[in-house]
Amino acid sequence: MSAFSVLVEVRPREGIANPEGQTIQRALAGLGYAGVSGVRVGKAIRFTVEADDEAGARAQVEDLCRRFLTNPVIEDADIRLEATV
Amino acid sequence: MTRVGIVVFPGSNCEHDCAEAASAAGMEPRLLWHADKSVGDVDAVVLPGGFAHGDYLRPGAIARFSPVMAAVGEFAREGGPVIGICNGFQVLTEAGLLPGALRQNQALKFICTPVTTRVESGRSALTAGIDVGTMLELPINHFSGAYTCLPDTLSELRDEDRIVLRYVENPNGSVDDIAGICNAGRNVVGLMPHPERACDPLGPSQDGLLLWAAVARFSGRVAASVGADLSPVSSN
Repeated sequence: MSAFSVLVEVRPREGIANPEGQTIQRALAGLGYAGVSGVRVGKAIRFTVEADDEAGARAQVEDLCRRFLTNPVIEDADIRLEATV
Repeated sequence: MTRVGIVVFPGSNCEHDCAEAASAAGMEPRLLWHADKSVGDVDAVVLPGGFAHGDYLRPGAIARFSPVMAAVGEFAREGGPVIGICNGFQVLTEAGLLPGALRQNQALKFICTPVTTRVESGRSALTAGIDVGTMLELPINHFSGAYTCLPDTLSELRDEDRIVLRYVENPNGSVDDIAGICNAGRNVVGLMPHPERACDPLGPSQDGLLLWAAVARFSGRVAASVGADLSPVSSN
Protein backbone atom coordinates (compact mmCIF):
# COMPACT_ATOMS: atom_id res chain seq x y z
CA MET A 1 0.00 0.00 0.00
CA SER A 2 1.14 3.53 -0.73
CA ALA A 3 -0.16 6.82 0.55
CA PHE A 4 -1.23 9.56 -1.82
CA SER A 5 -1.91 13.13 -0.90
CA VAL A 6 -5.00 14.39 -2.66
CA LEU A 7 -6.29 17.85 -3.49
CA VAL A 8 -9.86 18.00 -4.75
CA GLU A 9 -10.92 21.30 -6.25
CA VAL A 10 -14.72 21.56 -6.30
CA ARG A 11 -15.88 24.04 -8.91
CA PRO A 12 -19.31 25.37 -9.87
CA ARG A 13 -20.19 23.84 -13.22
CA GLU A 14 -20.00 25.85 -16.41
CA GLY A 15 -23.26 27.77 -16.83
CA ILE A 16 -24.20 27.59 -13.15
CA ALA A 17 -24.48 31.06 -11.63
CA ASN A 18 -21.78 31.80 -9.06
CA PRO A 19 -22.89 34.95 -7.21
CA GLU A 20 -19.88 34.77 -4.88
CA GLY A 21 -17.49 34.94 -7.83
CA GLN A 22 -19.48 37.77 -9.43
CA THR A 23 -19.39 39.76 -6.19
CA ILE A 24 -15.63 39.31 -5.82
CA GLN A 25 -15.14 40.34 -9.45
CA ARG A 26 -17.13 43.54 -8.89
CA ALA A 27 -15.10 44.28 -5.75
CA LEU A 28 -11.84 43.75 -7.66
CA ALA A 29 -13.00 46.15 -10.38
CA GLY A 30 -13.81 48.65 -7.61
CA LEU A 31 -10.25 48.32 -6.32
CA GLY A 32 -8.91 49.18 -9.75
CA TYR A 33 -8.24 45.65 -11.05
CA ALA A 34 -10.37 46.21 -14.11
CA GLY A 35 -8.73 43.46 -16.17
CA VAL A 36 -9.80 40.60 -13.89
CA SER A 37 -12.58 38.42 -15.28
CA GLY A 38 -14.08 34.95 -14.93
CA VAL A 39 -13.93 34.83 -11.12
CA ARG A 40 -15.49 31.60 -9.83
CA VAL A 41 -15.47 30.48 -6.19
CA GLY A 42 -15.42 26.81 -5.26
CA LYS A 43 -13.72 24.90 -2.48
CA ALA A 44 -10.55 22.93 -1.95
CA ILE A 45 -10.51 19.70 0.04
CA ARG A 46 -7.23 17.99 1.02
CA PHE A 47 -6.81 14.50 2.38
CA THR A 48 -4.61 11.40 2.21
CA VAL A 49 -5.69 8.10 0.70
CA GLU A 50 -4.04 4.67 0.81
CA ALA A 51 -4.14 2.41 -2.22
CA ASP A 52 -2.05 -0.20 -4.03
CA ASP A 53 -1.12 2.22 -6.80
CA GLU A 54 -1.97 5.59 -8.27
CA ALA A 55 -4.69 4.20 -10.53
CA GLY A 56 -6.39 2.61 -7.53
CA ALA A 57 -6.14 5.82 -5.53
CA ARG A 58 -7.55 7.86 -8.39
CA ALA A 59 -10.47 5.46 -8.89
CA GLN A 60 -11.31 5.71 -5.18
CA VAL A 61 -11.14 9.53 -5.20
CA GLU A 62 -13.24 9.80 -8.36
CA ASP A 63 -15.86 7.59 -6.74
CA LEU A 64 -16.05 9.57 -3.49
CA CYS A 65 -16.15 12.82 -5.43
CA ARG A 66 -19.11 11.63 -7.48
CA ARG A 67 -21.00 10.20 -4.49
CA PHE A 68 -20.25 12.79 -1.86
CA LEU A 69 -17.78 15.64 -2.32
CA THR A 70 -19.57 17.17 -5.30
CA ASN A 71 -23.16 17.56 -6.33
CA PRO A 72 -22.86 16.72 -10.05
CA VAL A 73 -25.93 18.85 -10.85
CA ILE A 74 -24.04 22.04 -10.00
CA GLU A 75 -20.38 21.12 -9.43
CA ASP A 76 -17.35 19.57 -11.13
CA ALA A 77 -14.23 18.28 -9.44
CA ASP A 78 -10.60 18.59 -10.44
CA ILE A 79 -8.47 15.94 -8.75
CA ARG A 80 -4.74 16.29 -8.08
CA LEU A 81 -2.94 13.37 -6.57
CA GLU A 82 0.66 12.65 -5.68
CA ALA A 83 2.52 9.90 -3.85
CA THR A 84 3.76 11.00 -0.43
CA VAL A 85 7.39 10.28 0.47
CA MET B 1 -55.74 8.95 12.22
CA THR B 2 -52.99 9.70 9.71
CA ARG B 3 -49.58 9.23 11.31
CA VAL B 4 -46.85 11.55 10.10
CA GLY B 5 -43.20 10.82 10.90
CA ILE B 6 -41.03 13.92 11.23
CA VAL B 7 -37.33 13.15 10.85
CA VAL B 8 -35.03 14.91 13.30
CA PHE B 9 -31.42 15.25 12.11
CA PRO B 10 -28.72 16.74 14.33
CA GLY B 11 -29.27 20.43 13.53
CA SER B 12 -32.94 20.25 12.48
CA ASN B 13 -34.91 23.07 14.09
CA CYS B 14 -38.43 23.03 12.64
CA GLU B 15 -39.57 19.61 13.85
CA HIS B 16 -41.79 20.91 16.67
CA ASP B 17 -43.43 23.52 14.43
CA CYS B 18 -44.11 20.72 11.92
CA ALA B 19 -45.58 18.53 14.69
CA GLU B 20 -47.89 21.39 15.78
CA ALA B 21 -48.98 22.00 12.20
CA ALA B 22 -49.59 18.29 11.57
CA SER B 23 -51.74 18.13 14.72
CA ALA B 24 -53.65 21.23 13.62
CA ALA B 25 -54.41 19.42 10.35
CA GLY B 26 -55.74 16.41 12.24
CA MET B 27 -52.70 14.15 11.91
CA GLU B 28 -50.76 12.36 14.61
CA PRO B 29 -47.13 13.53 14.56
CA ARG B 30 -44.25 11.28 15.56
CA LEU B 31 -40.65 12.40 15.79
CA LEU B 32 -38.18 10.02 14.11
CA TRP B 33 -34.44 10.13 14.78
CA HIS B 34 -31.98 10.29 11.88
CA ALA B 35 -30.17 7.16 13.13
CA ASP B 36 -33.38 5.08 13.03
CA LYS B 37 -33.25 2.28 10.48
CA SER B 38 -37.00 2.37 9.87
CA VAL B 39 -39.74 4.98 9.62
CA GLY B 40 -42.14 2.72 11.50
CA ASP B 41 -45.82 2.45 10.63
CA VAL B 42 -46.33 6.05 9.49
CA ASP B 43 -48.53 7.18 6.60
CA ALA B 44 -46.38 10.18 5.64
CA VAL B 45 -42.84 11.44 6.26
CA VAL B 46 -41.73 15.05 6.67
CA LEU B 47 -38.11 16.22 6.48
CA PRO B 48 -38.19 19.51 8.38
CA GLY B 49 -36.10 22.64 8.03
CA GLY B 50 -32.93 23.52 9.87
CA PHE B 51 -29.25 22.83 9.35
CA ALA B 52 -28.92 19.04 9.29
CA HIS B 53 -25.34 18.03 10.19
CA GLY B 54 -24.42 21.72 10.22
CA ASP B 55 -24.97 22.01 6.45
CA TYR B 56 -21.30 20.98 6.19
CA LEU B 57 -19.99 20.36 2.67
CA ARG B 58 -23.39 21.29 1.16
CA PRO B 59 -26.84 21.52 2.74
CA GLY B 60 -28.22 17.97 2.79
CA ALA B 61 -25.00 16.33 1.59
CA ILE B 62 -24.33 14.49 4.86
CA ALA B 63 -27.97 14.09 5.92
CA ARG B 64 -28.69 11.99 2.85
CA PHE B 65 -26.40 9.31 4.28
CA SER B 66 -28.14 9.28 7.70
CA PRO B 67 -29.42 5.71 8.32
CA VAL B 68 -33.10 6.73 8.22
CA MET B 69 -32.74 8.00 4.65
CA ALA B 70 -32.56 4.46 3.22
CA ALA B 71 -35.95 3.78 4.85
CA VAL B 72 -37.33 7.13 3.63
CA GLY B 73 -36.20 6.24 0.09
CA GLU B 74 -37.93 2.88 0.28
CA PHE B 75 -41.11 4.49 1.69
CA ALA B 76 -41.06 6.99 -1.19
CA ARG B 77 -40.52 4.31 -3.83
CA GLU B 78 -43.57 2.45 -2.49
CA GLY B 79 -45.65 5.60 -3.07
CA GLY B 80 -45.63 6.94 0.49
CA PRO B 81 -45.94 10.72 0.75
CA VAL B 82 -42.65 12.48 1.63
CA ILE B 83 -42.51 16.25 2.12
CA GLY B 84 -39.18 18.08 2.39
CA ILE B 85 -39.39 21.63 3.71
CA CYS B 86 -36.44 24.03 3.20
CA ASN B 87 -33.43 22.04 4.47
CA GLY B 88 -35.62 18.95 3.94
CA PHE B 89 -35.96 19.93 0.25
CA GLN B 90 -32.17 20.20 0.05
CA VAL B 91 -31.86 16.72 1.60
CA LEU B 92 -34.32 15.27 -0.95
CA THR B 93 -32.37 16.67 -3.91
CA GLU B 94 -29.05 15.44 -2.48
CA ALA B 95 -30.63 12.01 -1.94
CA GLY B 96 -31.76 11.91 -5.57
CA LEU B 97 -35.44 11.63 -4.56
CA LEU B 98 -36.04 14.94 -6.36
CA PRO B 99 -34.09 16.32 -9.34
CA GLY B 100 -32.01 19.50 -9.37
CA ALA B 101 -30.23 21.31 -6.56
CA LEU B 102 -30.56 24.35 -4.32
CA ARG B 103 -27.73 26.84 -4.69
CA GLN B 104 -26.94 30.04 -2.79
CA ASN B 105 -29.44 32.88 -3.14
CA GLN B 106 -28.60 35.18 -6.04
CA ALA B 107 -28.01 38.19 -3.74
CA LEU B 108 -25.87 36.11 -1.31
CA LYS B 109 -28.17 37.13 1.52
CA PHE B 110 -30.00 35.02 4.06
CA ILE B 111 -33.65 35.81 3.35
CA CYS B 112 -36.25 35.73 6.13
CA THR B 113 -39.56 37.17 4.98
CA PRO B 114 -43.13 36.22 4.07
CA VAL B 115 -43.60 35.74 0.31
CA THR B 116 -46.58 35.12 -1.91
CA THR B 117 -46.60 31.79 -3.71
CA ARG B 118 -49.02 30.44 -6.29
CA VAL B 119 -50.19 26.84 -6.41
CA GLU B 120 -49.20 25.60 -9.90
CA SER B 121 -50.42 22.01 -9.63
CA GLY B 122 -53.13 20.42 -7.50
CA ARG B 123 -51.72 16.98 -8.19
CA SER B 124 -49.11 16.29 -5.51
CA ALA B 125 -48.85 15.04 -1.94
CA LEU B 126 -48.65 18.68 -0.80
CA THR B 127 -51.38 20.23 -2.95
CA ALA B 128 -53.88 17.43 -3.59
CA GLY B 129 -57.26 19.00 -4.21
CA ILE B 130 -56.09 22.63 -4.01
CA ASP B 131 -57.12 24.79 -6.97
CA VAL B 132 -54.38 25.90 -9.34
CA GLY B 133 -53.91 29.64 -8.94
CA THR B 134 -54.53 29.64 -5.19
CA MET B 135 -52.27 32.27 -3.62
CA LEU B 136 -50.53 31.36 -0.37
CA GLU B 137 -48.59 33.72 1.86
CA LEU B 138 -45.78 31.67 3.40
CA PRO B 139 -42.51 32.55 5.18
CA ILE B 140 -39.15 31.74 3.61
CA ASN B 141 -36.01 31.48 5.71
CA HIS B 142 -32.94 30.35 3.79
CA PHE B 143 -29.50 31.09 2.34
CA SER B 144 -29.36 28.30 -0.24
CA GLY B 145 -32.82 28.43 -1.75
CA ALA B 146 -32.28 29.14 -5.43
CA TYR B 147 -33.58 26.09 -7.24
CA THR B 148 -31.47 25.11 -10.22
CA CYS B 149 -31.47 22.16 -12.62
CA LEU B 150 -30.34 21.11 -16.08
CA PRO B 151 -32.46 22.45 -18.98
CA ASP B 152 -33.75 18.93 -19.76
CA THR B 153 -34.91 18.53 -16.18
CA LEU B 154 -36.72 21.87 -16.31
CA SER B 155 -38.54 20.86 -19.51
CA GLU B 156 -39.54 17.60 -17.87
CA LEU B 157 -40.83 19.37 -14.75
CA ARG B 158 -42.89 21.74 -16.90
CA ASP B 159 -44.21 19.10 -19.31
CA GLU B 160 -45.21 16.74 -16.51
CA ASP B 161 -46.92 19.42 -14.38
CA ARG B 162 -44.40 18.84 -11.58
CA ILE B 163 -43.80 22.47 -10.60
CA VAL B 164 -46.05 22.58 -7.54
CA LEU B 165 -45.47 26.11 -6.22
CA ARG B 166 -44.03 29.28 -7.79
CA TYR B 167 -43.00 32.58 -6.23
CA VAL B 168 -45.08 35.51 -7.45
CA GLU B 169 -41.98 37.70 -7.02
CA ASN B 170 -38.78 35.67 -7.26
CA PRO B 171 -36.84 36.36 -4.04
CA ASN B 172 -33.71 34.27 -4.57
CA GLY B 173 -32.92 33.63 -8.23
CA SER B 174 -34.70 30.25 -8.53
CA VAL B 175 -35.04 29.11 -12.14
CA ASP B 176 -38.56 29.65 -13.47
CA ASP B 177 -39.60 31.16 -10.08
CA ILE B 178 -39.75 27.63 -8.65
CA ALA B 179 -40.63 27.38 -4.95
CA GLY B 180 -41.58 23.69 -4.92
CA ILE B 181 -41.55 20.59 -7.14
CA CYS B 182 -42.64 16.96 -7.00
CA ASN B 183 -41.29 13.67 -8.34
CA ALA B 184 -42.83 11.73 -11.24
CA GLY B 185 -44.93 9.70 -8.80
CA ARG B 186 -46.22 13.00 -7.30
CA ASN B 187 -45.79 11.59 -3.76
CA VAL B 188 -42.43 13.27 -3.02
CA VAL B 189 -42.55 17.06 -2.76
CA GLY B 190 -39.88 19.60 -1.84
CA LEU B 191 -40.46 23.27 -1.17
CA MET B 192 -38.41 26.13 0.24
CA PRO B 193 -41.24 28.06 2.01
CA HIS B 194 -42.30 26.96 5.51
CA PRO B 195 -46.02 26.07 5.60
CA GLU B 196 -45.67 25.01 9.27
CA ARG B 197 -44.93 28.64 10.19
CA ALA B 198 -48.18 29.83 8.65
CA CYS B 199 -50.69 27.86 10.70
CA ASP B 200 -51.30 30.04 13.71
CA PRO B 201 -53.10 33.39 14.16
CA LEU B 202 -49.79 34.79 15.41
CA GLY B 203 -48.03 33.88 12.13
CA PRO B 204 -47.95 35.92 8.92
CA SER B 205 -50.96 33.94 7.64
CA GLN B 206 -52.71 30.63 8.19
CA ASP B 207 -52.35 29.61 4.54
CA GLY B 208 -49.99 26.77 5.50
CA LEU B 209 -52.94 24.89 6.99
CA LEU B 210 -54.31 24.35 3.47
CA LEU B 211 -51.13 22.48 2.54
CA TRP B 212 -51.01 20.39 5.73
CA ALA B 213 -54.66 19.47 5.19
CA ALA B 214 -53.76 18.38 1.65
CA VAL B 215 -50.95 16.19 3.03
CA ALA B 216 -53.48 14.58 5.40
CA ARG B 217 -55.90 14.03 2.50
CA PHE B 218 -53.26 12.57 0.18
CA SER B 219 -51.84 10.35 2.95
CA GLY B 220 -55.27 9.01 3.86
CA ARG B 221 -55.89 8.12 0.23
CA VAL B 222 -52.52 6.39 -0.13
CA ALA B 223 -53.04 4.46 3.12
CA ALA B 224 -56.51 3.37 1.94
CA SER B 225 -55.17 2.08 -1.35
CA VAL B 226 -52.26 0.00 -0.04
CA GLY B 227 -52.05 -3.09 -2.16
CA ALA B 228 -54.28 -1.51 -4.77
CA ASP B 229 -53.27 0.41 -7.85
CA LEU B 230 -51.84 3.80 -6.86
CA SER B 231 -53.35 5.92 -9.57
CA PRO B 232 -52.43 9.60 -9.64
CA VAL B 233 -54.51 11.81 -7.41
CA SER B 234 -56.86 14.00 -9.41
CA SER B 235 -56.97 17.72 -8.85
CA ASN B 236 -60.78 17.69 -8.55
